[in-house]
Amino acid sequence: MADRASMRAHVAGPTDEAGGDEQAALPPEDAAGYRHAGDHRGKHGDMKILLIEDDKEAAEYLVKALSESGYVVDHAAEGRDGLFMATSGTYDALIVDRMLPGMDGLSIVAALRAAEIRTPTLILSALGAVDDRVKGLRAGGDDYLVKPYAFSELLARMEALLRRGSAAAPTTTKLRVAELEMDLLARAVRRDGQAIDLLPREFRLLEYLMRHAGQVVTRTMLLESVWDYHFDPQTNVIDVHISRLRQKIDKGFAKPLLHTVRGAGYSLKAGD
Amino acid sequence: MTEAGEASQPPARRLGVTRLWRTNAFRLAALYLTLFATSVLALLAFIYWSTANFVEQQTEATLDAEIAGLAEQYEQRGLSGLVQVIAERSAGERSDAMIYLIIDPQSHPLAGNLSSWPNAEVIRPGWIGFPVEIKHGTHQETHAARATTFAIPGGYRLLVGRDLRDAAVFRHRVSVTLAWAGVLTLGLGLAGGIFISRNMLRRVETVSNTAAHIIHGDLGQRVPLAGSGDEFDQLATNLNAMLDQIERLMAGMRQVTDNIAHDLRTPLSRLRTRLEVSLLERSDAARYEEVVRETIAEADHLLGTFNALLSIAEAEAGSNRTSMDAVDLAEIARSVAELYEPFAEEKGLSLTVAAAHPAIVRGDRHLLAQAVANLLDNAIKYTPEGQVSLSVVGDGHAVRIEVIDSGPGIPADRREAVFDRFVRLEGSRSTPGNGLGLSLVRAVARLHGGTVMLAENSSGHGLRAIFTLPASPPVAHSPLPVEELAKAV
Repeated sequence: MADRASMRAHVAGPTDEAGGDEQAALPPEDAAGYRHAGDHRGKHGDMKILLIEDDKEAAEYLVKALSESGYVVDHAAEGRDGLFMATSGTYDALIVDRMLPGMDGLSIVAALRAAEIRTPTLILSALGAVDDRVKGLRAGGDDYLVKPYAFSELLARMEALLRRGSAAAPTTTKLRVAELEMDLLARAVRRDGQAIDLLPREFRLLEYLMRHAGQVVTRTMLLESVWDYHFDPQTNVIDVHISRLRQKIDKGFAKPLLHTVRGAGYSLKAGD
Repeated sequence: MTEAGEASQPPARRLGVTRLWRTNAFRLAALYLTLFATSVLALLAFIYWSTANFVEQQTEATLDAEIAGLAEQYEQRGLSGLVQVIAERSAGERSDAMIYLIIDPQSHPLAGNLSSWPNAEVIRPGWIGFPVEIKHGTHQETHAARATTFAIPGGYRLLVGRDLRDAAVFRHRVSVTLAWAGVLTLGLGLAGGIFISRNMLRRVETVSNTAAHIIHGDLGQRVPLAGSGDEFDQLATNLNAMLDQIERLMAGMRQVTDNIAHDLRTPLSRLRTRLEVSLLERSDAARYEEVVRETIAEADHLLGTFNALLSIAEAEAGSNRTSMDAVDLAEIARSVAELYEPFAEEKGLSLTVAAAHPAIVRGDRHLLAQAVANLLDNAIKYTPEGQVSLSVVGDGHAVRIEVIDSGPGIPADRREAVFDRFVRLEGSRSTPGNGLGLSLVRAVARLHGGTVMLAENSSGHGLRAIFTLPASPPVAHSPLPVEELAKAV
């Protein structure tokens, strides 16, 4: 399974190389996908990530792919080393495999949390049952990704974790992306001063997208966060929800805000 | 041969004894035996002590009676009378084991069957003990004797005693008898203990042997029953039931493995071929990229299938792996319907939901939601036009979810088969799907002690899927940490 994950990461690499600079020349739908990551190069070039993963190949691909995406990545192949590095180094995020030699991933996270080290942590695991996920989060993980995963999924979640600190605080009452405004108290949405009528679920969907504005948000992330479902529906029902929402917030406006990121998910952003 | 090698092959007999000693049953028997033997010995000691005491008292009582008689004679007939009586009584064989002696102030014996005043030790005031020489034909015996002495006015002294040999013989006999009784008791106890523990050991061994066979791969083995219905039989029955369950699960696993072999090999080889061909073609970068994208899509499809299989296996594995809480199926149905509503609308179908009243069941929210989602997914996917309805009806005993569509339906003879893994009907192959949706629905239903069946819509057109779960008795809702955490993701 890990190998398949690595394959994706590898695939992502070369595509990204071409990414950043040429992006403007490509139509938005195409510019997305794996290229999207390149978009942030420089923006978070100083972001440091520690990857604790024992599978050598998987780690190699991940390091490569994350570096291509503009992150500085350190790698630890063993649990105790990983914990040591996570404790001493200054990392912006951790990616921790759940099953490791020496010390398992959950113990590492628990040890870090006990030491008051709150670095955002993404747990990777082959154990995908809801109970396993709950255990991972209880140990102190901030997000949980089941192997095998798409690299775009990992990247999107990584970004969401990294931006969690700078994102709008949960107590914020107003969200804003370009001319799109959301009043969380009045449960009202306006674009260019024009009121947009949303159903409750559409409101929550848009709220999530606005809180993660500028980031890629995958279908799975939406399904987990907005619907609290941890399974993949046989039909891609999220797409239909998004296109409905798009009808309401983008129709009649020159510049679309809600973009489809091919092969990854969606992104709400002011640019093209 | 090394020491370890020798140690691993101890002589058979020693092994037997060691094993017997190691059995719990034998240790228990040994413990009981020790307790039993201790109490038997205490009892025997008490019998011996009281018997010996009795004999002694008997001796003293006899002497007391004799003395009383002699005192009477002395009072009536004076010293000469006493001497005469003693002479009479001590004449002949001392069959009654009585000893008499009367001496004058110069210590000359006047009458009696003792040659001289004994050099005796005082046992207690008034009582003396001394040895007596008895002639038995040719040989002499020394017996212990006990006597009491009296001073008679005028310097005369009287000794009345008894030969203790009979008492000693009696005591000896009692002690020998008691010793034998003790030995016999211990022997029987030990034999019984060994017998019982052997017996138990043998029965445990049959279970152990069966287990060994099973460990070596023969899962068909069962523990034989003795037919007595005792606790060993009960144990064997339960073990056999457990083995049946394991065998069923193994069969299920084997089926899954076979399915995976059959149905994942095809797309995998297709994927491989695609990559191989593109490599042979030596195409340009754009073509490579296209192939890579196609391959990723295909891999995603494979992963989807793989995950679905895992979910089914998880649901089938049993209830202890998932968290069962009181959940409202009506709420789940409404939420799933809300998720699918835009999809139905896009297809031009009308989706109606009738799930107003809470319908509480004990279950796993995620699995139940997935099951309802799969039913609704199928209904919407395979219905080209018309309507799909979802209803939740609960009475006190069961909660029934019905998904009714106006699609082409499923022929009656295929309605059971579609629940099997990877079964897809002809004509549905062009629709996206992996043929695992209904398998998961059935696994989830079974996990919750419920059923799922397909029937013809009452209007005669379309399909009616009925998902029934036992209702949970109303309980106070407690905060569900699992749910909260899941929401926090």
